[in-house]
Amino acid sequence: MKITFRGGVHPKEQKELSREKELRILNATGEMVFVMAQHIGRPAKPIVKRGDPVLVGQRIAEADGFVSANIISSCSGKVKAIEKRRTISGAMLECIVIDNDGQYTMAEGIGEKQDISGITKEEILAKVKDAGIVGLGGAGFPTSVKLAPKNPAGIKYVIANGADCEPYLTCNDQLMRKEPEAIVEGLEITLKLFENAEGVICIEENKPEAIAAMQKAASGHAKIRVMALKTKYPQGGERSLIQVVAGVDFPTSKLPADVGCIVDNVGTLYAIQRAVVYNEPLFSHVMTVSGDAVKETANLIVRDGTSFREIMEACGGLKEGVTLKKALCGGPMMGLTLSSLDIPIHKTTNGLLLWSEDPVEKAELQMTACLHCGRCTTVCPQGLMPQMMAEAAEKGDMERYETKLYGLECIVCGSCTYICPAKRPLTQTFKRTKAEILAAKRAAQAAKSAAKG
Amino acid sequence: MIILITTIVITIIGLLVGFGLVFTGKKFYVPVDEKEAAVRAVLPGNNCGACGYAGCDAMAAAIAAGEAPVNGCPVGGTAVAEKVGDIMGISAEGVERKVAFVRCKGTCEVTHNQGNYVGVKDCRSAVLGGVNVTDCDYGCLGFGSCVSVCPQQAIRIVDGVAVVDESKCVACGLCVKTCPRGLIELVPEKSRVRVQCSNKDRGPQVKKVCQAGCIGCSLCVRQCESDAIAVANNLAQVNYEKCIQCGKCVEKCPAKVILPPSIQEKEASA
Repeated sequence: MKITFRGGVHPKEQKELSREKELRILNATGEMVFVMAQHIGRPAKPIVKRGDPVLVGQRIAEADGFVSANIISSCSGKVKAIEKRRTISGAMLECIVIDNDGQYTMAEGIGEKQDISGITKEEILAKVKDAGIVGLGGAGFPTSVKLAPKNPAGIKYVIANGADCEPYLTCNDQLMRKEPEAIVEGLEITLKLFENAEGVICIEENKPEAIAAMQKAASGHAKIRVMALKTKYPQGGERSLIQVVAGVDFPTSKLPADVGCIVDNVGTLYAIQRAVVYNEPLFSHVMTVSGDAVKETANLIVRDGTSFREIMEACGGLKEGVTLKKALCGGPMMGLTLSSLDIPIHKTTNGLLLWSEDPVEKAELQMTACLHCGRCTTVCPQGLMPQMMAEAAEKGDMERYETKLYGLECIVCGSCTYICPAKRPLTQTFKRTKAEILAAKRAAQAAKSAAKG
Repeated sequence: MIILITTIVITIIGLLVGFGLVFTGKKFYVPVDEKEAAVRAVLPGNNCGACGYAGCDAMAAAIAAGEAPVNGCPVGGTAVAEKVGDIMGISAEGVERKVAFVRCKGTCEVTHNQGNYVGVKDCRSAVLGGVNVTDCDYGCLGFGSCVSVCPQQAIRIVDGVAVVDESKCVACGLCVKTCPRGLIELVPEKSRVRVQCSNKDRGPQVKKVCQAGCIGCSLCVRQCESDAIAVANNLAQVNYEKCIQCGKCVEKCPAKVILPPSIQEKEASA
C-alpha cells in the first residue's frame, strides 16, 4: 500500500521535547484580544460595544459574508475597547479587547450534552457555522464552507489529518491520545453529511501511541479506518494526504472537494464534536510550546485571545541566562516569526517556539550562489522545479514563472529551502512572487470590471 | 584589348546591379515616419534602455507616436529634449520635469525599530514575513527594493530611509511600482513644498512610533492662502498645481514634516 507522497523532506523531529507532556488547560488572567480577521475570507463584524458584559461562549463578532466565521469570546468580563492592535501577521488589525474577570462564567446552555441521534445535515452545518469553526490545521478556512461542497454525494473520502508533520509540534498527538473517541465521533458527524464517503484517519508512524488510541476508538466503526503514514514533511499538507489516500494529484485551481475529498484536522473534528454534541462553540484549542529557550515545554489547551507572553510565562518563562532570539508562531517549516510576544493568538495558532538562536541569521551568512544540484526538484511535493522558478522570479520573468514553470502551484511548504545546500531563500522568493502575480491579476480583474461597469 | 573588354563587362554589370537596386528600393519601400527618423537622428543612439523602451529606435517610434514625452531620454537631457521638441512641435519646457519622491523621513534617529526581522533583505519580501520591520506601519523599510530596480542609480538608502538624487532621477516610475508600501510618488521637480510622511494614523499614535511623522494637526491648512494643502486620513497632502511655494506651511509645521531635502543637503548635515 502506498503510504506516502512524492518528494518531501525529513527534518529533525524535535518532538521528544514535548511529546510526553499531557494537555493542560491554561486559563489566562490578562486581557483577551480577539482579532476580527483570523480566518480566510472577510473579517468578522463586531456585535458588541464598549462596556458590554460578555460571557464564555458568547458570540462577539458575526461572520460577514459566506466565507467568514463567527468569533466567540473565550472569557467572561467587559468589552474594554474595539481598536486596532498588532497581530501575528505584523499588521494592525481590528480587534475586540475584553477585560477578563477571571471567573470564566459560562453563557447559558453551553456544555450541555445534546441528543444527536436524529440530527439533520442542515442542523449540523448550522451548528458548525454558529460555533465559528475554522480549519485548525493552520489555514483557517471556514469549516462550514468546506463541509458544504457543490456535490456532497461525490465525496469519497473524509480525511482526518493527524499527521502533525511539522517538527516540534506535538499537540495533536496528545489530543489524539487523550480524546480519541471524541475525534472519531466528530468524524462520524462529518460523515453523516456525505453518504458515500469513508473516513480515513491519517497519522504519521512516529506517533505509535496515538495510532493505537485512534485504532481502538475507531474499531467497530465500519466506515472509519486508521492509516499509518511514513514520517515525512509535508505529510500533513492537504494535497499530500490526498495523494496518499485517494491517489490523485490535482492543480491548486481545484479544491479537494472537486476530487472527492474533504480534509479536516483532528483538532477541527474535535471542535465539531464539541459544537454538535455539547453545544460548545470554538473558543479554545490545543497548542504546543517548545524550543530550547523555554523552561518547560508543554502541550496546552489555550483560550483564543490569550497573548503569547502569557503562554510563555505559563510555561515557566525563559530558561535562566538565555536570551530569546526568535519566537515563532506555528511550526518551524511554515510558521511566522513574531515581532513581539504581546500579540494575541488566533484560533489556528498551534505552536509557540522559543529559540535562543536564529537559524535564519546563520543561513544568511552561509548563502552562496545556486549550485544547480537539483535537490529542491527532488523534494518538491508539488513536482515543481524550484531552482528554475527562483531564476525566473529573480529576473522578473513572471510569465515564465507562471505558465512554463507552474509557479503558482507552489504550496510554500519550505521543503526546497530546507534542503538547499546553498541556503538560497527559495520559499521566500516564491511567496513574494506568488503574491505579486496574484495582486497583478486582481488589479487586472478590477480594471476589467471597472471598464465594463 | 583585354582591358577594354573587362571595363565594358564591369560597367554593364554595374549598371544592371544599379538599376536592380533602384528598382527594389522603390518597389519594396517601407514608409518611415519622417518625424521618427528625425527624432532618431537626434537621440544619442547608445541604446541604453533607460527610457524604458527597447533602445533608441523604439523610443523614437514612441515619441513620434506621441506615447513617450519629448524629454523622455534621460541620457540626452535638456539639449536632446529641446531638439526633439522642435521636431515634434512641442515645447520641451512645457513638459514639466518630474522626479521620484519618498514620502517618509523616519530615519533611525527619529523612529525606533523593534522588529526583529531577519531574512531576505528586500522590502517586498519583508512585508510578507509577518514581522513589523519598523514600528511605523507606513514608513520606509530601508531594504532598498527601489534601489535595486532604479536604472539610474538615483536612489540610495541614507540612515534607513530611501533618498532620491533628483539630478539623476528620470521619473521612469519603476520605484513607484516596486515600493510595497507605496511611499514613492512622482512630483514636479520645481515644487519644493512636499509632505514627507505617509502615516495615516492619528496624531498620538504617530508620535508613539516616529518623531518626524505628520500628526494631521491641520495647522498647514490654516496657513495656506491658495488652498493647496489638505489633511485627509490624518495626513497632509499638497496639491502641486495650486501650490505657490510660499513656504508658510513649512514654517508652521510643528512636526517639521513639510520640507524638501535633497541627498546633498542630507549629506551636508550628516
